[in-house]
Amino acid sequence: MTTTVPDLDLGLPGPRSARRVVVAMSGGVDSSVTAALLKEAGYDVVGITLQLYDHGAAVARKGACCAGSDIHDARTVAERLGIPHYVLDYESRFRESVIDDFADSYLRGETPIPCVRCNQTVKFRDLLTTARDLGAEALATGHYVRRVLGPDGPELHRAVDPGKDQSYFLFATTPEQLAFLRFPLGSMSKEATRDEARRLGLVVQDKPDSQDICFVPNGNYAEVVKKLRPGAADPGDIVHLDGTVLGQHDGVIHYTVGQRRGIGVGGRRGAEGEAATDPLYVVRLDPDARRVIVGPREALAAETVLAGEVNWLGADGGVPESGARAQVKLRSVQAPVTATVYGDAAGGARVVLDQPQYGVSAGQAAVFYGEDGARVLGGGWIRGIEAPAGTVAA
Amino acid sequence: MTAAVYLDHNATTPIRPAALDALVQTARAVGNPSSVHGAGRAARGRLETARSQVAALVGRPAAQVVFTSGGTEADALAVRGSNRQRCLVSAIEHDAVLAAADGAQRITVGAEGRVDLADLEQRLAAGDAPALVSVMWVNNETGVIQPIAEVVRLAHAAGALVHVDAVQGAGKLDPSSLAGADLIALSAHKIGGPAGVGALVVRPEVVVRALAVGGGQERGFRSGTENLPGIAGFGAAAEAIGATGGDEMRHARVLRDRLEAEVLALAPEARVFGQAADRVATTTCLGLPGVPAETQVMTLDLAGIAVSAGSACSSGKVKRSHVLAAMLGDDPITGQAIRISLGWTTTAADVDRFVAAWSAMRDRLSPTARSL
Repeated sequence: MTTTVPDLDLGLPGPRSARRVVVAMSGGVDSSVTAALLKEAGYDVVGITLQLYDHGAAVARKGACCAGSDIHDARTVAERLGIPHYVLDYESRFRESVIDDFADSYLRGETPIPCVRCNQTVKFRDLLTTARDLGAEALATGHYVRRVLGPDGPELHRAVDPGKDQSYFLFATTPEQLAFLRFPLGSMSKEATRDEARRLGLVVQDKPDSQDICFVPNGNYAEVVKKLRPGAADPGDIVHLDGTVLGQHDGVIHYTVGQRRGIGVGGRRGAEGEAATDPLYVVRLDPDARRVIVGPREALAAETVLAGEVNWLGADGGVPESGARAQVKLRSVQAPVTATVYGDAAGGARVVLDQPQYGVSAGQAAVFYGEDGARVLGGGWIRGIEAPAGTVAA
Repeated sequence: MTAAVYLDHNATTPIRPAALDALVQTARAVGNPSSVHGAGRAARGRLETARSQVAALVGRPAAQVVFTSGGTEADALAVRGSNRQRCLVSAIEHDAVLAAADGAQRITVGAEGRVDLADLEQRLAAGDAPALVSVMWVNNETGVIQPIAEVVRLAHAAGALVHVDAVQGAGKLDPSSLAGADLIALSAHKIGGPAGVGALVVRPEVVVRALAVGGGQERGFRSGTENLPGIAGFGAAAEAIGATGGDEMRHARVLRDRLEAEVLALAPEARVFGQAADRVATTTCLGLPGVPAETQVMTLDLAGIAVSAGSACSSGKVKRSHVLAAMLGDDPITGQAIRISLGWTTTAADVDRFVAAWSAMRDRLSPTARSL
């Protein structure tokens, strides 16, 4: 068995046994191995698990515990490692900072990424504060991303394992947060992590990676939004860009910009009733008019992406107004594309793409990487796009 | 790290030597109290000895004692088994009562944590259906002693039954105030007996329907072969407390009062909840404004001091205190208080170490201390 045990020196001065490190333990393999390796490296490790939502209610099983099996797993691992472990009730913070935002974003016709909000708020703001209060000198997580010490301080870099890289979800990490954070798994492959879990005999070694948004265990986002915002699933018209009403839908929350299949209206038929001529995509969602607007693929083209609430981790203290060359990811699963990013005075950015991109959706993130694609320069929330032919809201 | 300081006796207290001896001896012996043979008769004898010992703890005849698996089962048997159409419970009851009395009316409490008798009287008068009133003897978070004799008087005048969750008062207070109670719940491990055993005291004329049926043990109130080692330990713990003649409580009161005086002298912003009310000698509910309760519990734990906050949840998380919320509404201080509970093993050195650790925590985290 070959494993690449990373150098787990956290760069904290003094004897490791006197350096307290809080590990955010989710109960999964990654954070369990993080805690185990830091303990093995000799740090004073304290595990904390956040109870973010009522698990029993999420899986709709009456009498099920609010905690769920992940919290149980985290406690079991901590007990095995012999580290103090605490469960914090973050239900109300998570609802305010993440779930409400998720529902509102859906209602605006956007495609939100609650995991980013969660990292940005409950984990790197609230939990980080608690870690400081406990006298910790660092907060470590099991994220696959690297923190690299550069000439101007810590930098955020993509993980070594491209299949596991989570840098897209961490673009909102501020320089102050990054100074306190550590990501020991960023230079490991997932296989190496599992090997470590086996070597350490952790009960979670064979747990599958979580795929869904944690508070939507069955993947049915629309159901969750409907429960949170009754009336969100009002039916309305499916309208072609040219104004033709093509059919009915049962709520804009069931649609995502760029979606092709499942619109329920196929391509339009030719005049003689022949086969479909132009495949249709969801181009835009208009929740106020309860309209799903569809059109041909060309209508999805975005030449410029407008981003708000931009976080900048590059040099110069902000996105240069004169523009910075960058690789940009507009969806978590998309390969980065080249672009020039211009800062604006309002804390936003214009991302001018070298080649038009299709299916850019508001609510997702535009994450900027250095020209070599490794270092995270920052990112922002996609607010809108400019199409080659003019401006439309994404 | 030196040995931890354990100041969470209201959660569970160390087993007393006499209780451990009785537990082990009984576990070694064979015999089912229901059996006809000699071993069975010997087991029956041990069971009845323990019943008398536990009955003495609350000043009742042994025949009224029904052994259960603990305080929670005793509360459930009382609340659900008495099967009253109306249930009035104090807003500061333990979850064992609140959950069993699903949909019950909540009797309000005052800011000092004492049940509001006028509110109880009004609620009793507002309905005709036969009621059960459930008020705890001593609150587990604040240590405030509830006016059981007055509750009984009002409830009985209205034809209602009274259940008293006496888990936190037993062994600490004179039981004469429980004289009129119809049902009383007890727990062994809160008095230095083993966990997993408790009792419900049932007055003879009170009808209680069993939750567990079967062999008809415990006069049919609770079927199932008795947990004889646990019950023997329970009895021995009860007897050991009786033999101390109140010395433990006098000792605890001196320590507890010193702890509070020192903490309040160090930190004028700190608050002791229910301090003006009658309290048991062992409990302090201490608020530190601006510092979340869970942060306090974690900080003290990392310093080797075991205390708690709110009521324990099986997941291990700190839940917001419904007791302090009932006393003080949505004041943020209700999420910033910890419970320190002393017990029969607590020493002056424990209190010294607590005060030192608490003081260091306060200097580091209290917004008041930081702004000085």
